[in-house]
This record gives sequence, structure tokens and C-alpha cells, in this order.
Amino acid sequence: MTGQLDQLFVSLKQWLVSFLPQAAQPMAGILLSISAIIGAFATMFAITTIMERKILGRIQNRLGPNRVGPFGLLQPAADGIKMLTKEDIVPFAADKLVHFLAPVVLIIPVALALAMIPYGRNMTAVDLDAGILFFFAVGSATELSVFMAGWSSQNKYSLVGAMRAIAQMISYEMPLVLSTVSVLMMAGTLSLPLIVQAQSGYIYEILPRWNVFTPWGLAGFVLFMIAATAESNRAPFDLPEAESEIIAGYLTEYSGFKYALFFMAEYWGLFAVSGLAVTLFLGGWNAPFPFLQWVPSWAWFFAKLGTIIFGFIWVRGTLPRLRLDQLMNFAWKFLLPMSLINIVVTAMWHFSRVFQFVGAREMRWVLCALVLAIPYFFLGRALGEGRPAKRNYKFAE
Amino acid sequence: MDLAFIIIAVLTLASAVAAMSLRNLVHCALCMVMTFAGIALTFLQLNAEFVGLAQLLVYVGAVAILIVFAILLTRSEDAKKEVRFVSSSTVVGFGVVALVAVSLLAAIQHTQILPPQSVVAPHVSVKRIGEQLMTNYVLPLEVIGLLLTAAMIGAVVIAMREPDPADSVDVQQRNGSPLKLDPDSKKTAVVANE
Amino acid sequence: MKPVGLEHYLVVSGLLFCLGLWGVIVRRNLLIIYMSLELMLNAANLALVAFSRFNNKLDGQVMVFFVITVAAAEVAVGLALIVALYRKKQSAHVEDLTTMKS
Repeated sequence: MTGQLDQLFVSLKQWLVSFLPQAAQPMAGILLSISAIIGAFATMFAITTIMERKILGRIQNRLGPNRVGPFGLLQPAADGIKMLTKEDIVPFAADKLVHFLAPVVLIIPVALALAMIPYGRNMTAVDLDAGILFFFAVGSATELSVFMAGWSSQNKYSLVGAMRAIAQMISYEMPLVLSTVSVLMMAGTLSLPLIVQAQSGYIYEILPRWNVFTPWGLAGFVLFMIAATAESNRAPFDLPEAESEIIAGYLTEYSGFKYALFFMAEYWGLFAVSGLAVTLFLGGWNAPFPFLQWVPSWAWFFAKLGTIIFGFIWVRGTLPRLRLDQLMNFAWKFLLPMSLINIVVTAMWHFSRVFQFVGAREMRWVLCALVLAIPYFFLGRALGEGRPAKRNYKFAE
Repeated sequence: MDLAFIIIAVLTLASAVAAMSLRNLVHCALCMVMTFAGIALTFLQLNAEFVGLAQLLVYVGAVAILIVFAILLTRSEDAKKEVRFVSSSTVVGFGVVALVAVSLLAAIQHTQILPPQSVVAPHVSVKRIGEQLMTNYVLPLEVIGLLLTAAMIGAVVIAMREPDPADSVDVQQRNGSPLKLDPDSKKTAVVANE
Repeated sequence: MKPVGLEHYLVVSGLLFCLGLWGVIVRRNLLIIYMSLELMLNAANLALVAFSRFNNKLDGQVMVFFVITVAAAEVAVGLALIVALYRKKQSAHVEDLTTMKS
């Protein structure tokens, strides 16, 4: 029973495909996987937008959308209809072709990245040997799309926003990639399903063997999540959009359906990078405890994904936006050295496996955590130096 | 012939032609990105997964963005200085390129190509490339690491603004560069606040 | 029709190389010349990967890996040079950079 529920979607796909002639079956299987992923994430996009507005409303002590449908739950449908029926305005001076292509160039790589993630047992749409490399390779195309959008609009706010976005994305891509290196070192593979497999099993038959429960995994997870927030242009790293300063940056000249595409691609990128975080650090579709293994694997995956997205929303509701120089200092003077140190710590962890005396496991944990904590302390202090003295607002008080 | 190969090859060549002939620099750069992506796809088609993805990561992700940045930083009235269609350099260029093309194609035509080693394409895993890099090619790998470090430091040193304040302010105003906050102006703003 | 063989990849690679050469000779903007150089390197890479695939040897791919890395280093330094040059001369055209000529 549990096995059937676990493999529900896999067997459903096989059953649907079996109606077709033999020659068409592989193609049909691929198409079915693609449509399932697109459908699932389009739904999830709708749910996330309404939940984000509701949760932000709750954090800011207001109600959030509550007019359309029961508790405002049909708000995404209303938004979608509004976006689709709005006029699509293209500025007169704009470079029409590039302006049109920018959202397309954004959404395709994001959808490709979503195809790489293992959603459950035997539920990987594309199982590449170099899966994680593929993820970052297609992810790098999003920078180009941002540039195309900003440049083709022929608007200085758009260009400023695009330049900010590209500078930010390039700076934070480095810690993002480097923080995954430690996981790859320990798993010994670039394939995402195999990385999940390496995290299965339990220590002492009860504690999960997820990467996040090791010192390097925890540090890597935190670094990865910070860099991921910046990569997906979310608050507190939402300078590229910064609606209060540069009126939504590179999206300024977009309206109607193209704007909706940008919006959706941004959320899909968020889902993809959160899914990667779940896969790399939170054990993918593995259950946290052995006695919870009856819950289907895909349910675990989406539960973890939902938790991470809730975390993103919480951070957005809590932290103020950074300044550009703070943003750059943080990436280059803190995140990058920390992720390099994390790689060294991973090597220490790997080679200290040979010690087998009593308490070796605990000692290695403490030692590695210490090697991470000391540079964390000093780098954090160095980052705080040179901060201007507290300002006096004479006339405001 | 394989349909996928024809489509990718034609797209790659067409975008390369466009990149070489368009007037607008940004259009050239975008077409060039398409060419790079097409070449990466050809790599993937040749079962060279790792190299193809590395190509995508380096060229589409980094090189294209750097070139685009450089185009925006070195903006000038470029259209008027670009070549007229018939000039001495075009004629010479055409001659040289035709010569090279003919000799290359002739060389390919006359080469006795060995039969492929295996009918089924070998599955080249990332692991095998990694093993090669760590055994046979360790020394080149180290040298490449050194080269990259040197290049990075060199790029920073070359592109760094000279400390002459008058000059830098001048250039900044001319470019209208909005990216860097001038430290002096920030200070004056704070003073004005107080 | 014949299946796609080594010679087809070599023809594509050769044509790309010629296009890059055309760009280097004819265009006047430094950045375009730069991109054309990259295109020539890429054409050579394509030939190397094709050789590697059809001879069932990994060395070609490792070579391409090195070429990509060197190209990345070259781009970093080269673009820095172009930007520095532009700051001095306010131009990125080869015709304006003739101070070495008497």
C-alpha cells in the first residue's frame, strides 16, 4: 500500500503511456513528465503568491487579500485574468525583438532547471550524469535575460536595475556554486538522484544522515540559502527591483502578459533553487525518521520545499533592503571566504573518518564546527568595521 | 543526416554570420551568445556532457555578460566608423577568408577519415574526465590554476581606476556611470543631512 | 542519406573558424574583434570534441576544458585592457589606436 502510494505518479505515467503504440512511448513519457512539472509548478506559483500575500499581511498586522472567493483564496485567478487581458505596451524607443525575447529567454532555462530535480523515488524527469552542472549552466542564462530586458527598454531605470541585478547575480553565483562543492565532494558525484541516495539511511537507526546535520553541511546550507535569496532577487536583496527607488528596475517597461511571465519565472527560479537546496542539504525525498517512511517520498519533498519557501517569505517580511555597497561587501568579503573555508572543513571531515576511537565522531563534529566558527567570528567583525557612526536626526525627533 | 544536427548547425552558423555583420554592438553580442549556445548544444550532441555544460556556464554565463558590460562601458558613436561595404579591407579580408575556407574544406575533403572506433557512442562520465585531470593532466591543471589567479589579479590591477581624483570624477561624469557611488558626494550628503 | 560523421562536424567547425577570421580582419570595433577571436577558439574546440568522440578518446575533451579555461582568463584580462584603453582614448576603435605608427 505504502509502496503503491509512493510510486503513484510513476505507475500513473506508465499506465497512461501503455495505451500508445510502442514507438511513441518514450516521446509520450517525456511529454507527460514535462506537462506534469509545468502543471504542478504553475499551480504552486498560484498558491505561493496568495500565501505570500497572506503571510506578509499577517506579519505586517493586516489582513491581506480577502475579497475574491472564500478568504480571498481565488485572488491568483483574478490576478491571472487581469494580467492576461491587460494591454501589452511596448515603448516606442524599445528594441522590439529583444524586448519580446527577454521573458522567453528567462522562462526556458528556469523550466529546464526544474526538470533536473528528483521529486521522489524514481521521479526525476531528466537524470543527467552532470545534473548539478546542468542546473548552474542553464541558470546562468537568466543574467542574460535580465540584461536583455533592461537594455531593450531604453529606459534609464530599467538599465540601472538590470546592471544592479547582473552585478548582484554574478557576485552571489560564486558562493552559491562553491557552497555546493562540499556536498559534491562528500557524495562523489554530480548526479542529483545519487546525491539524494548518499543521504539516505540513519545514524543509530534514528537520526537522519542529511548533510545539514554536519558542520560543513550546516554552514553550506546557510551560505547556499543566503546566496539563493540574492540570486532570485528577493528581499532583503531585492535592489534590482527596488520599487521605492527605481520603480521595479528592469521590469519597468513590461506590462500585461510579459510581466506575468517575468513574475512567474522569478517564482519558478525560487522553486528550482529551493528544490536544489532540499536535494543537496535536506536529504531530498528521504523521510526524517525511519518510522515516518510510510509517508510517500514526493510528499516529503514538497513538504520540505514548502518549509523553505515559507522561510523565504518570513525573511522578506522581516529584513530591510541592503544598500549596494553592503551587498557587494557581504558577498566578496564574507560569503566567498566562508565558502572556501567550508571546502577545507569538508576535506578535514572526510579525512578524519579514519579515526575510530570512542567519541571520535563527536570530537570530529566539534573540531570542524570550531574551524568554521573562528573565521566566522573574525570575518563578521571585519565586515562591521568602517561602519559610519550612528546618525543624529536633529529635525526628525 | 540527423535532423537535430542540421538544425543546430544552421542556427549556429546563421547567428555567427549575424554577429559578424550586424551594426549594433549589443545585437552582435546577443547573436554571439546564440552561437556559443549552439556550439554547446553540438558538444552535448557529441556526448561530451561535461565540456558542453562547462561551455554553457563559461561562455553564456560569464564571457557574454563581461562583453556586454564592456560594450556599455565603452559606448561611443560607433555606427559611423564601422566599415563601408566595399573598402580595401573588406576586399582583402574576403580574399584571405576565402583562401582559408577553401584550403580547410579541401583538407577535410581529402582526408581519409578512419572508421569510428565504436558504433555506439561511449558514455563519457564526468568521473572519467575528473580521473584524467587528476592523473595524466595534473601538471596542466595546476598551471591553469596559476594562470587563472594571475589573470584575475592582472584584470583587477589593469581595470582599477587611477587614484587621481580629478580625472576619475571627469570620466565618471562623461560616462554618466550610475553604478559607483562617489564617496565624496555621499559624505556631503550626510553633512547636509546634519 | 549518410549518418552524421566526423567530416560534417569538421565542416561546421571550419566554417565557424572562417567567420571568426572574417570578423577579425574586417570589423573595426575592438570588442567585435575580441568576440571573433573567441569564435575562432570555439571552432577549434568543436573540432577537438568531434575528434574525441569519433576516436573514443578522452584527451580531446580534456584539451577543450583547458582551452575554455584559458579563454576565460584571456577575456578577463582583455576586457580590462579594452576598458582601460577606452578611459585613456575615449574610443574602442582600432583606427584610433595608432600612436605606435609614425
